[in-house]
Amino acid sequence: MGNKQTIFTDEQLDAYQDCTFFTRKEILRLHGRYHELAPHLVPMDYTKDPDCKVPLALIVNMPELKENPFCSRIVEAFSEDGMGNLSFNEFVDMFSVLSEMAPRELKAIYAFKIYDFNVDNYLCKEDLEKTLNRLTKEELTPEEVQLVCEKAIEEADLDGDNKLSFADFENMITRAPDFLSTFHIRI
Amino acid sequence: MYCTYPTTHVESVTCGSRHSDGAVRYLSWVLVVEIEVDSDPSGSDDEGTQRRPNRRQGAGRGGAKGRGRGKKPPSEDEDEDEEDEAPRGRRPANKKKPAKKHGGGDEDESEDEAPKRKRKGAANRKKGGKAQDSDEEDNDVGKGKKGKKGGGRKGGKEAEDSKGKKGDAKGKDKGKDNDKDKKKKKKDDSSSDSNSDSDEEESLSEGEMARLMEEVEEKKKLIATIRNKPWRMKRRLLNLKEAQGFVDKFEGALGKGKGRKWFAYKVMMKKKWIKFQRDFENFRTACIPWERKIKEVESHFGSSVASYFIFLRWMYGMNLVLFGFTFGLVVIPEVLMGLPYGSIPRKTVPRAEQATAQDYSVLMDFQGYCKYSVLFYGFYNNQRTIGLLKFRLPLSYLMVGIGTFGYSLMVVIRTMAKNADVGGGDGDEGEFTFAWKMFTSWDYLIGNSETADNKYASITTSFKESIVDEQENQKDENIHLRRFLRVMANFLITCSLGGSGYLIYFVVKRSQEFANRTDLSWYEKNELELIMSLLGLVCPPLFETIAEMEDYHPRIALKWQLGRIFALFLGNLYTFLFALFDEVNTKLEEEDSIKNASLWAMKEYYANYTFMINDTDSTPPPMNPADIIRGPCWETAVGIEFVKLTVSDIQVSYLTILIGDFARAVIVRFLNYCWCWDLEAGFPSYGEFDISGNVLGLVFNQGMIWMGAFYAPGLVGINVLRLLSSMYYQCWAVMATNVPHERVFKASKSNNFYMGLLLLILFLSLLPVVYTIMTLPPSFDCGPFSGKAKMFDVIMETIDLDLPAFLGTIFSYAANPGLIIPAVLLMVLAIYYLNSVSEAYQNANMELKKKMQMARDEEKNRRNNTDSTNQVMKDLEDLLPNRSFMPPAPPSKPEKMPELEAKPTKTKPGSAGRGVNLQRDVTLASPNPNARGPVSRPPGPRGAGPAPGAGPGPGRGRGRGPPPR
Repeated sequence: MGNKQTIFTDEQLDAYQDCTFFTRKEILRLHGRYHELAPHLVPMDYTKDPDCKVPLALIVNMPELKENPFCSRIVEAFSEDGMGNLSFNEFVDMFSVLSEMAPRELKAIYAFKIYDFNVDNYLCKEDLEKTLNRLTKEELTPEEVQLVCEKAIEEADLDGDNKLSFADFENMITRAPDFLSTFHIRI
Repeated sequence: MYCTYPTTHVESVTCGSRHSDGAVRYLSWVLVVEIEVDSDPSGSDDEGTQRRPNRRQGAGRGGAKGRGRGKKPPSEDEDEDEEDEAPRGRRPANKKKPAKKHGGGDEDESEDEAPKRKRKGAANRKKGGKAQDSDEEDNDVGKGKKGKKGGGRKGGKEAEDSKGKKGDAKGKDKGKDNDKDKKKKKKDDSSSDSNSDSDEEESLSEGEMARLMEEVEEKKKLIATIRNKPWRMKRRLLNLKEAQGFVDKFEGALGKGKGRKWFAYKVMMKKKWIKFQRDFENFRTACIPWERKIKEVESHFGSSVASYFIFLRWMYGMNLVLFGFTFGLVVIPEVLMGLPYGSIPRKTVPRAEQATAQDYSVLMDFQGYCKYSVLFYGFYNNQRTIGLLKFRLPLSYLMVGIGTFGYSLMVVIRTMAKNADVGGGDGDEGEFTFAWKMFTSWDYLIGNSETADNKYASITTSFKESIVDEQENQKDENIHLRRFLRVMANFLITCSLGGSGYLIYFVVKRSQEFANRTDLSWYEKNELELIMSLLGLVCPPLFETIAEMEDYHPRIALKWQLGRIFALFLGNLYTFLFALFDEVNTKLEEEDSIKNASLWAMKEYYANYTFMINDTDSTPPPMNPADIIRGPCWETAVGIEFVKLTVSDIQVSYLTILIGDFARAVIVRFLNYCWCWDLEAGFPSYGEFDISGNVLGLVFNQGMIWMGAFYAPGLVGINVLRLLSSMYYQCWAVMATNVPHERVFKASKSNNFYMGLLLLILFLSLLPVVYTIMTLPPSFDCGPFSGKAKMFDVIMETIDLDLPAFLGTIFSYAANPGLIIPAVLLMVLAIYYLNSVSEAYQNANMELKKKMQMARDEEKNRRNNTDSTNQVMKDLEDLLPNRSFMPPAPPSKPEKMPELEAKPTKTKPGSAGRGVNLQRDVTLASPNPNARGPVSRPPGPRGAGPAPGAGPGPGRGRGRGPPPR
């Protein structure tokens, strides 16, 4: 108990609880995980808001993310610098959005960011191709990939610009029966 | 205020270099604000003179940085802000408002007049100097909040000055927003706090109050929903702090005069309440057991296996409540306050059995001491009230028995409703096949490389399948074969179901014969249980093998499998029940004769007794309770059957895991070193976790508990132990010995399927219990209802004896068929009404969906071209009478037509699969309108004749529209 108090102040914990879908214990556990990633980088004492970031390579090795074909994209989407370095705030943010309690709309926004490989706020064909190749470990022939991407765009594209804007994506994803059950990570 | 200032200074200096800019800016601000506030009372002239040096100082301190920033950065800041805020919807509005509000009522005015006043101020005071110039400039550049700042300061001669200032401080805070430190913020809050204190002296007007209130409400809402905002965490934290500070500050100010304290108190209590709620929530989530365990399983085996464990946990929770009821209201009172063991016949082992009553084998059969213990119905006494508390045990027993069903029904239905609610997406198959596959097929929970590999494989296969499906909609030549195979599979399964039913019936009959004999071998004694367990062991894999023929998607196959095993178990269960009823009936007959005999003996004894002693007092016969003749007590017999069944079920399922999974895994693992083929990849391999079997086992076990709990209150306790142990045991087994499914699939909403099964079982197990309670007479010498004609008489008795008389009459009226029949009718009507209402809603839903689909198509088309692709609409347009009288299409239209044609094919989601064919269709058909094109142009002057404009063109172009008359 005593050592819990030194990691965060009560106000910080309350603030985190207000801002995320986690309970106090989970936040402390998250900090533990975060600390584990880079024990020499991350201080145990967060009361002073130290400014430290853990690089992408370390985060991607977490067992929760390791097998995910989009792990680097997830981390990049949540890092402020876009390079995949995560501060603790962003780290918590990531798992909060991916937690079970997060609402569909919020998840949809970040899912869009994750699948948007070239960060142009549209899911264009290259994005879809990359997504597909990662999903299937490049086992489909180029023609098949082409076909699937075209079909996917065709299905979801409302405004006919041959790429998916967020509105298209949201419209599609909010109706998907499996989205909520698959787009979450338990930590 | 002053004492806090130095600390801020130190901190803002110590903070990282990124912040130094903001810190300096901020510092200059604090200085100005403080000194101005201080000098407020000292009059306007004084203020003017005092302020100037300060501003100087501030500007000077800002130095190159401050100055440099003075021009450009603010605008940049603002721009960035704007950019940031643009996608965030209405948040910016909220965010800016506080700046206004802080200033109170006059702030609007000051904002409007800011430039004017500022200019005036500049003109008045020539000493404004450089600093002011720069200020003005950056106001011009950055407008908005900065402008306020200038205005507030220079126009500040009235009392509202301080308010304006405060607004400035806030406004600027907002402007900086990102590069601000929390400490500073705190400081800022405190400084504006004091300001607001001074404000409060001037009473707030009604309008201000209302606005403030609104603002506070908005902030509160923000606090509640901040976790749903797609912001960076840092920004969230800042906004949260801001909002909280704001609420803290102004909530107290809202109350007026006398009510203020009360209001403050209320606010405080509310805060405490929120805190308590949060703590409670934390506590509650901490109490959810096995979260980590399940997560681990989930990451290894995907969500479908985990759904079983979640179901198991849910079951455990429900059983814990049932256990609480049963033990708290029946078992514990009986143990504490009832008569002790050996005091009356029903609580004593009969003389004949006493010799073997403690033998292990006897106890394992739940005979001997087990039979005459609180575990079973027969042990309970029929005393109306027991102990000092006058606890009405028989009544409580009946109520708990009924309450168990009531509670279970409620919980199951509630959970189902909740699940259905969460289900969300209507899952229109076929609309977004590829897009959904692409974006939702990866299960983010997977954290195990083997599972991940399987998942990759299954995703690839599913994509390939859909591609094939798309290319050639259905393989027609195969469908007959597949149908035939499916029919055949169902036939085979029905046969085996019938066979197993007959086998059980046969065994039950045999066991009834055995019941009359005494020289039974172990096998003959346990034949029924053995056969049932064996059937449960053999049939599911058999079904699975048969189901291979059907070639369903694993998720659908799982449901079929579940349904079939369910039918099997159900058949077995009901055969067992009927056998039990037979037994009960024979016991009832036997009981009748014994009852007569014992009554006769009793009478004899009393006759003799009174004859000998000449005393009419009915002293009980001086017999040891163990020697008294007693009936067979069918309730206990039923209870024992259920307990035995449950226990053997536990044994079988645990042994199956131990042998079928663990031993197999050990053999495969260690014999692999010295075997001729690869055991791990080849034939025996490791076991997969059998979801359907386990779920059904759980469901049926629960059914057994529900049925048996009335006759064996201890059964619920046994079940709780079982669930607890199987949670750990199965978690271990699955992690240690099983491999992930070859085709990993998601457990999409199958939870409700489990719940549906559970509900069905609940209903089915409710029937026999209610039947026995309502119709069969309870045993005359055991159990809480002995001596009554029917079990529910205990309620009548309570009504008659304990409740006031008028309630009794009311109940007797209520029990009148004249009332019950209308009530039933009413309920039927209500069901009918609700049903039709829900149907109407469903229709409306469908209608809306259709509309949405139409809007979507429309939208798509509008982007693609101006024509409508809706075939029906086009046909209708074609049929319009005045079509032919319309002026001919403008000549530019026909040129468009080829391109019109090419696109609509794309927009038809349903026909997308035949893309290639369609394309050919179109190319084949396209000459048609082109050929017509020239024809359609000339008839203009005539005004009549076949003049299909652009509208019908494409329709016919694709060869689907009707000919143009």
